[in-house]
Amino acid sequence: MSRLEQTFIQLKKYKNKALIPFITAGHPHPLLTVPIMHSLVKNGASIIELGMPFSDPMADGIVIQESSEKAIEHGMTLDSVLDIVGEFREEDKDTPVVLMGYLNPIEKFGYEAFVETAANSGVDAVLIVDCPPEESAELLILLKRYNMNQIFLIAPTTDKQRQMYILSQASGFIYCVALKGVTGAANVEYNDLSEKIASVKSISDIPVAIGFGVKDVESALSVAEYGDAVVIGSALVSLLDRCKNQGDVESAIKSFIKPIAIAINKS
Amino acid sequence: MIDYYNYPDHKGHFDQFGGIFASETLMLCLKELQESYAKLKLSKAFQNEFYNDLAHYVGRPSPLYFAKRLTETVGGARIWLKREDLNHTGAHKINNTVGQILMAKAMGKKRIIAETGAGQHGVATATVAARLGLKCVVYMGEVDIQRQAINVYRMKLLGAEVISVTSGSKTLKDALNEAMRDWVANVDDTFYIIGTVAGPAPYPEMVRDFNSIVGKEAKQQFERQVGGLPDALVACVGGGSNAMGLFYEFLNDESVALYGVEAEGKGMKTGKHAASITAGDIGVLHGNRTYVMSDEDGQIIETHSISAGLDYPGVGPEHAFLHYSKRANYVLANDDEALNAFHLLTEIEGILPALESSHAVAYGMKLAQKLDKDKHIIINLSGRGDKDVHTIAALEGIKL
Ligand SMILES: Cc1ncc(COP(=O)(O)O)c(C=O)c1O
Repeated sequence: MSRLEQTFIQLKKYKNKALIPFITAGHPHPLLTVPIMHSLVKNGASIIELGMPFSDPMADGIVIQESSEKAIEHGMTLDSVLDIVGEFREEDKDTPVVLMGYLNPIEKFGYEAFVETAANSGVDAVLIVDCPPEESAELLILLKRYNMNQIFLIAPTTDKQRQMYILSQASGFIYCVALKGVTGAANVEYNDLSEKIASVKSISDIPVAIGFGVKDVESALSVAEYGDAVVIGSALVSLLDRCKNQGDVESAIKSFIKPIAIAINKS
Repeated sequence: MIDYYNYPDHKGHFDQFGGIFASETLMLCLKELQESYAKLKLSKAFQNEFYNDLAHYVGRPSPLYFAKRLTETVGGARIWLKREDLNHTGAHKINNTVGQILMAKAMGKKRIIAETGAGQHGVATATVAARLGLKCVVYMGEVDIQRQAINVYRMKLLGAEVISVTSGSKTLKDALNEAMRDWVANVDDTFYIIGTVAGPAPYPEMVRDFNSIVGKEAKQQFERQVGGLPDALVACVGGGSNAMGLFYEFLNDESVALYGVEAEGKGMKTGKHAASITAGDIGVLHGNRTYVMSDEDGQIIETHSISAGLDYPGVGPEHAFLHYSKRANYVLANDDEALNAFHLLTEIEGILPALESSHAVAYGMKLAQKLDKDKHIIINLSGRGDKDVHTIAALEGIKL
């Protein structure tokens, strides 16, 4: 059983929800990424989504774009992202790490080399924003071979028929995008969310994570009631953007992440 | 032998190239577009309206012109120019926007977005949107806004909103990223008119089809004016729409050699160029698998060309396929060669070519020189150079 599956089984046993923070590897500085990851876990994160910086992040809003640009300026590469996971794994053997990013760096690295290195570094899953299931056959086979998951998205525009197709390919968890738009969108109006999630739940019992537009306790609570996990990205990344050192990072995460982790598990 | 008319397949693949590499929010919309296009492609009414607009609004057919003095100066094969510069708005780009706006209308979309590099596609989009009374937003890199000021103003006169893109290299690729972001947020009422044979399926096929009028006419005109088939076709390649438009009708005519001219910029050794096929690797950018210019980590590289319209780190997937299958040759012309060709054509033929098209002229002259006098080559004069006059004056230290 994969680390991700185990995590969700554990959470379910205590009727808890997973908090999944997203950070960009190498942002605000490569030396801070591992401390940030540990601090996230300490303050209630169940799974970490680690962004692989890309020069042309088409599906991301300005906050994550800029964090990627900064990470690349600091010399972050796919290789060093994998090293970071390896270093994190030396101390943390339990918290699943999901890599999130775009396909071109992986094409350049080579699928097989990437999957093998990622597996050895302790990566549990990958989410590739510009690689829908239709184009994922080759990658899926490799990931399965190394007991890793490919995480797929379900968007507000995804109809029932397509939900069925995506869910038939999905493993680990499914990521439901709550809004039309890029990451960090401002308007948090989750109108059809409950219907959408109910539809997903009627097709599959895979855990459901919900994200896009979650920025505080209130917005986290409003999506947590529907899903098994809440993803929080841009709001955290912009908070980290102002941090200069490990002390800043730890106090920022404590004051921002901890209340959300507590809140979504009280309801 | 490969039948080049079997591509793309139903998933938008040209062999290993193309496809749909898009975020999930766009998938349904792209499927819808694919289905609508498949229907409209076969619809007589749609095709009639399209060809009618090409004739009466764009001003087609464009002439196939024998460049007598250019031919004499070069002293080799006979050089013919396909005069896309004479189209309404001054380039081949209008062929595609006339087609796509009809799609937008058929699909009931109320808002049009586009990306632009040289501004020609932006102008062509703003033009057809004005004609149909649709709201139009054009994304353009900050760098390109500076070097194509006239086209920016033209778009504004046409009622379009031009949004300056300041992320990344602030050029065409970043404008495309930003247009995609807009589309993801506004898929319900917005039609995205992509300006070249790139992007996710069905765009490469659709844009190719709308531009294939160029090659269809050229084939008939050549048959009528000379007889038989030309020996070679030459076109510049940014994303590749004018080249695909000229080549498509000739793909299965093996005797016709195809040359796509990429921008060599300041020279391959300097790294300041935009030659994605010549120097790039197979990768994924802007929704399709193709040749991409990226560094050893897969980050997209900033390109350089004197012409904004060729300044793009990817290339349409069908060109990737034509290169891979060796049907077409992808060659180079640098900034200086393009400038020289610009001046020569202006001085001896009285035709100001766009800087993009000047790359095709530059390579076409080299090619003609190597060929016998009884051979014929057609160069796609994809656009006129009026938009570049300021750039050229500035380069030559002249204040206008
Ligand atoms: C006149 C002209 N030719 C060529 C191009 C390059 O585009 P493509 O390769 O799609 O024809 C442009 C792009 O703006 C253009 O304006």
